[in-house]
Amino acid sequence: MAKITFIDFSGNEKTIEAENGTSLMQAAVDNIIPGIDGDCGGACACATCHVHVEASWLNRLPPKSDTERSMLDLAEGSDENSRLACQITVSDELDGLVLHTPEAQH
Amino acid sequence: MSLTQEAAARAAASIPLDEIDVADPALFQNNTMMAYFARLRKEDPVHYCAKSLHGPYWSVTRFADIMSVDTNHQVFSSESRFGGITIMDNNAAATLPMFIAMDPPKHDEQRKTVSPIVAPENLAKLEGLIRERTQAALDSLPVNEPFNWVEKVSINLTTQMLATLFGFPWEDRAKLTRWSDVATAEIGTFGIDSEEARMKEIHECAAYMMKLWNERVNSEPGPDLLSMLAHSDNTRNMSPEEFLGNMLLLIVGGNDTTRNSMSGGLLALNENPDEYRKLCANPSLIGSMVSEIIRWQTPLAHMRRTALQDTELGGKKIKKGEKVVMWYVSGNRDSDAIENADSFIIDRARPRHHLSFGFGIHRCVGNRLAELQLRILWEEVLKRWPNPMQIEVIGEPKRVFSSFVKGFEAIPVRINA
Repeated sequence: MAKITFIDFSGNEKTIEAENGTSLMQAAVDNIIPGIDGDCGGACACATCHVHVEASWLNRLPPKSDTERSMLDLAEGSDENSRLACQITVSDELDGLVLHTPEAQH
Repeated sequence: MSLTQEAAARAAASIPLDEIDVADPALFQNNTMMAYFARLRKEDPVHYCAKSLHGPYWSVTRFADIMSVDTNHQVFSSESRFGGITIMDNNAAATLPMFIAMDPPKHDEQRKTVSPIVAPENLAKLEGLIRERTQAALDSLPVNEPFNWVEKVSINLTTQMLATLFGFPWEDRAKLTRWSDVATAEIGTFGIDSEEARMKEIHECAAYMMKLWNERVNSEPGPDLLSMLAHSDNTRNMSPEEFLGNMLLLIVGGNDTTRNSMSGGLLALNENPDEYRKLCANPSLIGSMVSEIIRWQTPLAHMRRTALQDTELGGKKIKKGEKVVMWYVSGNRDSDAIENADSFIIDRARPRHHLSFGFGIHRCVGNRLAELQLRILWEEVLKRWPNPMQIEVIGEPKRVFSSFVKGFEAIPVRINA
């Protein structure tokens, strides 16, 4: 179990309790977090669960696969803090993680 | 089930598997392809067809297999020099180099040049304009008399959108629709009786667009697609073939697809009156209905890839150089991936979980613009005609003879006011 905080494009915060083993995308969708679409269902194939990770957390996340890198490269407004939420699995170590969601996904 | 559909189901059940050719455009024109796809999904989901109008090809028919091909661009190439992204190898317009028919890194550079035009920030700017035009188009429709929905609504609105995206001369905008039809037409349709006839019109398109390009190059950067391409380091030095290819990609991509979803949505509501009633009782379902319409219509029935190496898919051995067709139209009816996939349901839990936009690096760049156009259309329709079956399909739709563009030439309707 981990507490994850999502901050949307206008600065509104929402903290959820996410189950270990689920993906951050699924946890967000289940908790109706605005700004996360997850069209492909978690296959790293659409980049509509694009999030910006709070800088202090970047090194504590598993590394990006080549596929995630190539999908992020085409995502709108992606930068060095960008990740796809479907590619990160929730665990106790992620307790306190802070993520920023973009204005919209496409 | 209609008589045609019953006959199709019988034919699809009895034909030997190896004789099934789902790419036969006639199946799409008479809307009988689904029975064949259902059989392939069940009995031979990765299927080889040795002989067809467009030569031998593999069919990938299940959602999960399509996803794995679409996301594996290292093995399944989109490159135009191998045949590009449609089954039609001999269509010189469809096999031009264009960014959808490129592999990385060139694909990424060119795609990124145009993607800002359909990014959320720009869509917010376009919304008011799209709504005004939709209102004007709907307000000019005849009531209590028959008309063709495809022409007066779908083609009208998508042509206006495309002209805006290109900064195209308004009075000539019908040319865009014509070039789109010509680029994807099977020989013998849309007045195109040979490849030479096709390319004659396509070269007119090239000349016209080149004139606009030259104007843009010599002006300050503007917000339209031509200007974006003309002023980007990634695209300003495109070869003439690449220029024309990308023009056609953007014309077809922004036109046929949304057009046919605008048409297919109305037909789906008429064929599913309970859903039409559900919508009228609760217009807040428009957002999820739009995604369901795009799934249900699947305006591009397939995308094609070419194997770059020997590989295996669903237990079948695919050889280097072979043509692999991902049938989005079939994967979108795969009940292993989508619950009640054969039903049109406007309030699904995960409506965007469909294949119509593709997945992976070639996923439709204009997907959210398409959704926006469709959402505004149905919002404005319901404001004017809020009752179920008020826009009534009064005759048999005329479908396009193509296994690539799954669409309509005409849908006769009457607005009962």
